[in-house]
Amino acid sequence: MKQPGRILLGLFCLLVAVWLVAPTIVVVPMSFNDKKSLAFPPSGFSWQWYQNFFTNPEWSASLIGSLKVAVVTAVFATVIGTLAAFGLDRMKSRVSGVLRALLITPMVVPGVVLAVGIYAVYLDTRLVGTMTGFVLAHTMLAVPFVIIAVSASLEVFDKRLETAAASLGATRLTAFRTVTLPLIAPGILSGLLFAFVTSFDEIIVALFITSPYLKTLPVQIFSSITRDADPTVAAVGTLLFIVTSLVIGVGLLIGSRQGKR
Amino acid sequence: MATRATDSRNNVPAVAAGDRRRWFRGQAFWLVAPALLLLVVCLGLPLAIVTLRSFSEPQWGWQNYAWFFGTPVNLTVLQRTFAISAWVTLVCLIAGYPYAYVMTAVGPKMRLVLILCVLVPFWVSGVVRTLAWVILLQDSGVINSVIRAVGFGPVKLIRTQTGVVIGMAQVLLPFMILPLYSVMKTIDLRLMQAARSLGASPARAFAQVYMPLSLPGVYAGAIIVFILALGFYITPALLGGPRSTMLSTLIQNQVLSLLNWGRGGAMGVVLLIATFVLLALAAPLSRQPHKKGSRR
Repeated sequence: MKQPGRILLGLFCLLVAVWLVAPTIVVVPMSFNDKKSLAFPPSGFSWQWYQNFFTNPEWSASLIGSLKVAVVTAVFATVIGTLAAFGLDRMKSRVSGVLRALLITPMVVPGVVLAVGIYAVYLDTRLVGTMTGFVLAHTMLAVPFVIIAVSASLEVFDKRLETAAASLGATRLTAFRTVTLPLIAPGILSGLLFAFVTSFDEIIVALFITSPYLKTLPVQIFSSITRDADPTVAAVGTLLFIVTSLVIGVGLLIGSRQGKR
Repeated sequence: MATRATDSRNNVPAVAAGDRRRWFRGQAFWLVAPALLLLVVCLGLPLAIVTLRSFSEPQWGWQNYAWFFGTPVNLTVLQRTFAISAWVTLVCLIAGYPYAYVMTAVGPKMRLVLILCVLVPFWVSGVVRTLAWVILLQDSGVINSVIRAVGFGPVKLIRTQTGVVIGMAQVLLPFMILPLYSVMKTIDLRLMQAARSLGASPARAFAQVYMPLSLPGVYAGAIIVFILALGFYITPALLGGPRSTMLSTLIQNQVLSLLNWGRGGAMGVVLLIATFVLLALAAPLSRQPHKKGSRR
């Protein structure tokens, strides 16, 4: 009586897992197609779309643009978000609760509404299509992720360790640098990764504030899908899949080390 | 500073700690200030401008809202946006609930595999995944080939509401599974055994013991998925057709194509208000799982 139920449950989960993963893997074989069409299953084998990605200036420029924006965003968001997480941790619980909810709002505000607003502000301040414009918007979107990641590691951090350091004569800064920082470093690092991926993957705001001079990769992918269905997008998708899997692998490793502590 | 250190050496660390905490409370605001400033400039100002323009363009007044609520097409789209979001939430719940349960029931190795299946798509570019759906759902795509092979006629999936729901639910499923899992892993399975030993059937033990305990996770997951679905733009734009337009596409169209900031703004404000009303309604329901999650 119990066995068939379990098998059915297992099959259902397998189906859900396939549904979750299939769309991310299906681009891999498509990227080796030898014809100029986005078809699955592909007809032959060729590397030409990878070649095109790295040699076509339109694609490489958008990759470089995205990387630049994401790196600067990740650094800014990590600094601002870590400071905020510390501040919230040290506040009275009611004040910090309200501020925390406020600082997380970028995650729930509908993307298009935000994009329209940012576009309006940028038109007036000539920030459309500029590095500053992209970094400002993406940093705001990434800060909540950093706050969540750093707060989580501050929550498990034993504050008596800081007191102990102080009682041994350490100044506040020394205690922070030699005790607190190393212990919450995994949280800060995963916040950095989250911020990088948030910026690298962000598309709605980027679609509105993009310009011929500065385009991010997701925008390039989107316009390629809507314009000419160039199979290069499959090659880009495959590369992104490999890179993000590596990043997640590193993140999980850091996480498991944090868990063991 | 020096006195404080001496104090604590003289066996009064409690006083030193209290002193430190008070110091931090005074300074804590300045640590949060940069984040708040960024929020005001990059979130507050844009939303204020959208709201302002919805009342001021082309002239001052409620005309953009009157137009929005007075045009049947807009109301259809608004209704459809809610309907699609509800469908997506339902599909995510039906698929996510058993999945999250199995995650709590299997061994650690299998659990890691299941978690990876959730996390990898979570972080793989949404645009790329939507592209994959365009290929998979098209008339000559894999899914249709399978349906034909089984013996049914070709099913129109791309540019339909069904296609939009399939694609969106896949993108949003992790947001359902993760809160469900974080609540379910705190449920003591011995309670089910206890119910069974008292004579409850498995179905009854599930309905009266397990399900009520998992409800905070259901609320949290459902509200996140529903709210995110309301604001979805990319997936409906690529997978949907004219009959599955959502509010986001309409807003984008008003602002970028028709340069009608007033009408686009009014739609934006409607979407924004709907989001925050839902959040406010759901806040008391979904507050529990956070506490439970952080206790661990």
